[in-house]
Amino acid sequence: MTTTTPELRSETMTVNMGPQHPSTHGVLRLILQLSGETVVSADATIGYLHTGIEKTAEQKKWQQVIPLVERMDYLGAQSNSLAFVLAVERLMGIESKIPPRVRDIRVLIAELQRISSHLVWLGTHALEIGAVSVMMYCFRERELLMNINEMLAGFRMFPSYLRIGGLREDLPPKFHEAVNAFVERFPSKLTEYEDLLTKNQIWLKRTRGVGVISREDTIGYGLVGPLARAVGVPYDVRKTFPYSGYDTFQFDVPVREHGDVYARYLVRIEEMRQSIRIIKQAIDRVPPRGPFDIEDYRIVPPPKDKVYTEMEGLIQHFLIYSQGFTVPPGDVYVPIEGPRGEHGFYIVSDGSNRPYRIKMRPASLYACQAVPKMIERGMIADVIAVIGSTDVVMGDVDR
Amino acid sequence: MAEFPDIPVLTTTVEKMTNWARRSSIWPVTFGLACCAIEMMAMSASRYDIARFGAEVFRGSPRQSDLMIVAGRLSRKMAPVLRRIYDQMPEPKYVISMGACASVGGVFDNYALVQGVDQIVPVDVFVPGCPPRPESLIYGIVQLQKKIDRMKLTA
Repeated sequence: MTTTTPELRSETMTVNMGPQHPSTHGVLRLILQLSGETVVSADATIGYLHTGIEKTAEQKKWQQVIPLVERMDYLGAQSNSLAFVLAVERLMGIESKIPPRVRDIRVLIAELQRISSHLVWLGTHALEIGAVSVMMYCFRERELLMNINEMLAGFRMFPSYLRIGGLREDLPPKFHEAVNAFVERFPSKLTEYEDLLTKNQIWLKRTRGVGVISREDTIGYGLVGPLARAVGVPYDVRKTFPYSGYDTFQFDVPVREHGDVYARYLVRIEEMRQSIRIIKQAIDRVPPRGPFDIEDYRIVPPPKDKVYTEMEGLIQHFLIYSQGFTVPPGDVYVPIEGPRGEHGFYIVSDGSNRPYRIKMRPASLYACQAVPKMIERGMIADVIAVIGSTDVVMGDVDR
Repeated sequence: MAEFPDIPVLTTTVEKMTNWARRSSIWPVTFGLACCAIEMMAMSASRYDIARFGAEVFRGSPRQSDLMIVAGRLSRKMAPVLRRIYDQMPEPKYVISMGACASVGGVFDNYALVQGVDQIVPVDVFVPGCPPRPESLIYGIVQLQKKIDRMKLTA
């Protein structure tokens, strides 16, 4: 007697991951084709956070755009405003008039922002892989940076402190103490995170050899920042096209070769160390009191004592706050190195007091495009680790 | 609640007991949309520690949650998803609208955003701010607890 076994059928299963998923970093949606637990193909769907910020900015005066752009990539808020401010200043031709003190303060703030962003990345990335306590540690240190932001402008996440033509106001009292205290505390805390993760067997097994992308694909997809530096592409805008006086600071660009989740982790940890180095140099250069804008009262508001005592100051004050200033017609693209890599602003002016068009080059969008490439042929459990390692911010992708 | 000094019992009503249990363990669903989600995470992390108010257990599945904190701007593309997740939550369920964008659209009065999530789901507490400080959100949760305390079991 013969028994017939039914023919084995294999078919792929379609799984919808997101847009609401505890670990997809906001509202990223992935449509996965699975064969068992292996990802056959993936499709990233974006647009669930499209806010129309670029369009809204066209209705605002130049200076009013800054709070809007800070809400694009909300983890690297002041990096966005730095890129926008530098772009507008280049179009206006006032780049060379910015006092060196302002440039140093901007560098200082951008580096603090980088650390803040990387802390949120490390906390959430570790949380998603399963190391819950790391998130608590990371947010503890992030609170110190939030305190510094609060000193600057009374706002935790989006201070809008960088302005076209300088800064909003001079540094607050005790700013140096706060930054120095952070700089002194942070390296030992960074070691603490590394003690928890770098040689942790579970962490190594979840991250090593996972989500590998080749050097050619990295360049082909236009990946920048830590993603590119983790496969040995030493591209850093701060070194390649220095802006805001970065060429006067001593720092290294960390590069790793393997291009997996673990390499990206190592690159970002080392970046935080380098940021501390830059912050140390910057805080030594910046005197507590000094010029904080270009003192051209057609662009920045005049000091209050002039507004109250001089007719001219009053008129300038009135013009700044009612009409703003105009930017000569033209277009410009200025890239900077944000926490997620090169992001820059392409802005077009028609000569009026409002932008004709602003466009941000988001680093996260390109990372998003490469996510399917990284997770294909991998396991479904690794999808979370890979998305976390790309550090995509959906606000940056969709804007 | 009445206490009897001689015998170790407390008397109360079923309603008070239920409300006490409900408000002391509000489990939120992880529904982070944008910038506010980061402050929501800060609220659950070490410095602010929402565990003090019993709402620290963030659930990935809406079927296990009581509270939806709509943290961030809600685009028109995302609105059906929000409604669907709300529908999946078991009763009794509560909604906190966190931040200016979720409450009224914020600065983004344009084609892309829903001008207030109360057009999609019923909202219990609005928390203002852009983004609100973690303290504000904790205050919002405490307000929600007070609201739960006043709930009646029988309609």
